[in-house]
Amino acid sequence: MEIFANALPALGDAWALILQPIVLGYLILGVTMGLAVGVFPGLGGIAGLSLLLPFMFGMEPVYGLALMVGMVAVVPTSDTFASVLMGIPGSSASQATVLDGFPMAKKGEAARALSAAFASSLFGGLVGALFLTAFILVARPIVLAFGLPEMLMITVLGLSMVAVLAGRVPLKGLAAAGLGMMVGTIGIADAGGSLRMASYDIPYLTDGLQLVIVGLGIFAIPEIVSLLRQDRSISENSNLGAGWLSGVKDWFDNIWLSVRCSLIGVLVGIIPGLGGSVVDWIAYGHTVQTTKDKSGFGKGNVRGVIGPESSNNAKEGGGLVPTLLFGIPGSGSMAIFIGAIALLGSGDIEVGPKMLKDNLDITYSIVWLLALANVFGTLMCIALSGGIARLTTIRFTYLAPFLFMLISFAAFQSGQSFEDLLALFAIGLVGIFLRRFDWSRPAFLIGFVLSNPVEKFSNQAFQIASFKFRRGFETGMEYLFSPIVIVLIIVTLISVVFGIRQAKAIMAEGDVQSGSKRAPVTFLLIITAYLVVALLNANAIPDFNMTDKIVPLVVGGISLACCLIVLVQMMRSPEGDVVFADKEVAGEDADAPYGLWSTLAWFAGLIAATWVVGFIIALVGFLITFLRVRAQAGWFKTLILTACGLGFICLMAGALNRDFPPGLLQGAVDMPWPLK
Amino acid sequence: MTLLKLSRRAALALTAAAGLAAPAMADVDFSGKTIEWVIPFSETGGSAKWANFFAPLLSEELPGNPTVVVKFMPGAGSTKGANWFQEQTEGDGTLLFGSSGSTQFPFLLDDPRVMYEYADWNAVMATGTGGVAYLNAEDGALFDGSANQLKDIPFIFGSQGATGLDLVPLLAWEMLGMNVEPVFGIKGRGDGRLMFERGEATIDYQTSSGYISGSMDLVNAGTAVPMMSWGALDENGMIVRDPTFPDLPSFKEVCEATDGCETSGPAWDAWKAFFIAGYPSQKIAFLPAGTPQDVIDTYTAAFEAVRARPDFKEIASQQVGEYPMFVGAGAQKATDEATTVSDEAKQFVLTWLKDAYGVELN
Repeated sequence: MEIFANALPALGDAWALILQPIVLGYLILGVTMGLAVGVFPGLGGIAGLSLLLPFMFGMEPVYGLALMVGMVAVVPTSDTFASVLMGIPGSSASQATVLDGFPMAKKGEAARALSAAFASSLFGGLVGALFLTAFILVARPIVLAFGLPEMLMITVLGLSMVAVLAGRVPLKGLAAAGLGMMVGTIGIADAGGSLRMASYDIPYLTDGLQLVIVGLGIFAIPEIVSLLRQDRSISENSNLGAGWLSGVKDWFDNIWLSVRCSLIGVLVGIIPGLGGSVVDWIAYGHTVQTTKDKSGFGKGNVRGVIGPESSNNAKEGGGLVPTLLFGIPGSGSMAIFIGAIALLGSGDIEVGPKMLKDNLDITYSIVWLLALANVFGTLMCIALSGGIARLTTIRFTYLAPFLFMLISFAAFQSGQSFEDLLALFAIGLVGIFLRRFDWSRPAFLIGFVLSNPVEKFSNQAFQIASFKFRRGFETGMEYLFSPIVIVLIIVTLISVVFGIRQAKAIMAEGDVQSGSKRAPVTFLLIITAYLVVALLNANAIPDFNMTDKIVPLVVGGISLACCLIVLVQMMRSPEGDVVFADKEVAGEDADAPYGLWSTLAWFAGLIAATWVVGFIIALVGFLITFLRVRAQAGWFKTLILTACGLGFICLMAGALNRDFPPGLLQGAVDMPWPLK
Repeated sequence: MTLLKLSRRAALALTAAAGLAAPAMADVDFSGKTIEWVIPFSETGGSAKWANFFAPLLSEELPGNPTVVVKFMPGAGSTKGANWFQEQTEGDGTLLFGSSGSTQFPFLLDDPRVMYEYADWNAVMATGTGGVAYLNAEDGALFDGSANQLKDIPFIFGSQGATGLDLVPLLAWEMLGMNVEPVFGIKGRGDGRLMFERGEATIDYQTSSGYISGSMDLVNAGTAVPMMSWGALDENGMIVRDPTFPDLPSFKEVCEATDGCETSGPAWDAWKAFFIAGYPSQKIAFLPAGTPQDVIDTYTAAFEAVRARPDFKEIASQQVGEYPMFVGAGAQKATDEATTVSDEAKQFVLTWLKDAYGVELN
């Protein structure tokens, strides 16, 4: 109780610290910078914080905190722009927002989707802060109660959301998730260092594929290519429908959903090691399961935006608990945050167990700065959303070249090598075909994101459990089946059972028509072949490295079995059966004036030219040619747009101190930035 | 590389630093330039913290006060960045590289990904750290300055991998005859400590700063019992108690007190060689191959000025620990120590890695 007695004065001190004009000024500055960085898909808080780090040394602690917290807090809010307007998951925290947010934009309801998302974000952030104010004092034992079996079960709960997103043919959804997990295992295994589907001769593959690239490839590229082929605007109606006020009203009508998802966000956020990757899927699954009429999900149900967006800002608050209490970062941006705090002032604020005892006022300042930053950030975003939503009415052919520019730049930031662009293109192809043949792309992404945690937690939990079992059977059982684990198992089972029942109603790809057998069977055979190769590859790992091979073997085996069953189904079903879903048969893709390959060739051309002359020179050529030839723009318009695009990308990269992909030319001749 | 050659180069560098630094300074001016300090890890690691701490200080001391920016090039366990740095030949002093124990160990163990050669680079600054191992309360009660009563207890240790810095504690415990089972795949020593706090791991170690900020509380609360520090090197190259933890026995003392543990012979030599490579000169800043001597001298002088700041000790203690910071010739000597092990030590470790963990590095 003593700690609660100290808490109130500390809370008062914290408010006194925060509510100074200069602190609020720094906070707003941080929020503005965070907004500018956050709208860039794939950059997010880490890039922004790295930019601030040099200024932190010796800075007045509260000022520095205001600046950094402002920047971190607003990223999960501002990345919503990309998710809703372009169908690009801006970060791992807004993957699920794409599912309903982007269809809303296509329906001409971008402003409504954005403001519903922002209102939910704001509310989530505030609920998170309120909850933390009391909870942070007693959080330590609760965080410690989440051992490896508990974390494994939360990851499995996240994975069980595949059931609800599996699509009309559940086996295809399961196989897509399995394929995602197998793609997630590519590279050097964390545990034993074995190579999986990689070689030291291609160093790029040894690190595995990055989430940014897979997210862009699976979601963004197929949508960009499809819209470009149709040569229209994102929004089907030229005039924007419901405005931002109706989005706020939507949020208010679903306020209890928002409360529940916020709490989910805080609670999952406080568990170190899980991070943002599962939160939004669990929130989305919860949203679907608690909604009576499920038919609208995946086609633009506003609840599908409110749920994940309420959770992902609350998660940031929750993520402060392991960061501040244990000195263990809950995410990449939190890791930099910890490092930066030690640079502040005289360096005597140290994140870790002493934080609550020695710096409770600072702790509370951080919690409430986070909440305030949410308020400022949201207000700015809502103010902007009406105008930015107009982007969806522009003819897409004018947007597409700049989107290709943005996603190439974003992809390059993840590994800073040319292979990033190749990987983006390859994954993009996979995404295009998953979309075409109605294999659940969300299931693939969930599998990819959770591949590493599932493998890590199950291996580690298994090792520790076998150690406990050696001490005694009861010790082992107590370790594995704690009350938390049992509750999570029950929740998972319920979620799977209900999920499968509901899956048929939720068509993430819309109502896809079915056609002839040949194309869908070919795609299935390609996936099956990859799985076979990956299985053989995993099987070749020596047995003493069982930890590196067991997960790929099990997951690959299950996925392969699913593929084979689907293959049998395909052989027995007549043409036109739902299993042969193919977007090229009928619908907007089939009716598009441009073909898939000729459209994709533009993007391939940009990448190939980059390989030769480097990104910026390639971009000049690409923009001019594209605007002249494909968009049929006049010379004046072409040159103005090209200059704007170049100026924008150089300004962003320059401010963030980033390089562009170099080509062969740059290897031969020394050139100044930005050409180098 | 022979010892004679080494010391001659060290002597040369020393004369250069002492005699030529002042006149050379006048020629090198970084006004308006941007210096890139490339770190082969992500923004979130210890090396990032280290470079971000030094970058503004370095900027103040270099002639012309250039902007020093830290750039991150993570990949392939830092070998990607190091391989890239090996290719760089900009000798104008606008490129700096930071390597760490995780870059040194693959080099020493002939990791197939390594295509870099430390001897080509010019070390300008190095800092070190120490480490402390500790036990859970129950088993810690059996620790009496020797590991004799710990030999029959199975321990669990959360490890980042046997070929990294964790090699040093794992080999130490093995030499003491302890039965420590590593659980691989954690992503940082903080995660290892959390696993220990949850009771899943029963033995742990932290580098000095991690021990002071995180684990000391556990010791004070009685949930952890410190076992030993790795020790520190005195000027004769002998292992003595770590001055940061004068009350803790060094591994050498514990080994001497434990039946069956030898402080001589191939195992000990191998342990000592890898300890030296991983801890006393853990993080090193390099200029690329072919950098002219006057640029190297300018950097040496700048880092010396950083070290001489009256408040340096205070501000550094949190960031880099209270360990010596080597500059110029001292940094070069530290690099030589960190990147050379005898063939016997290397072979011993490679064989042990294969037998104990099935790790083969080629």
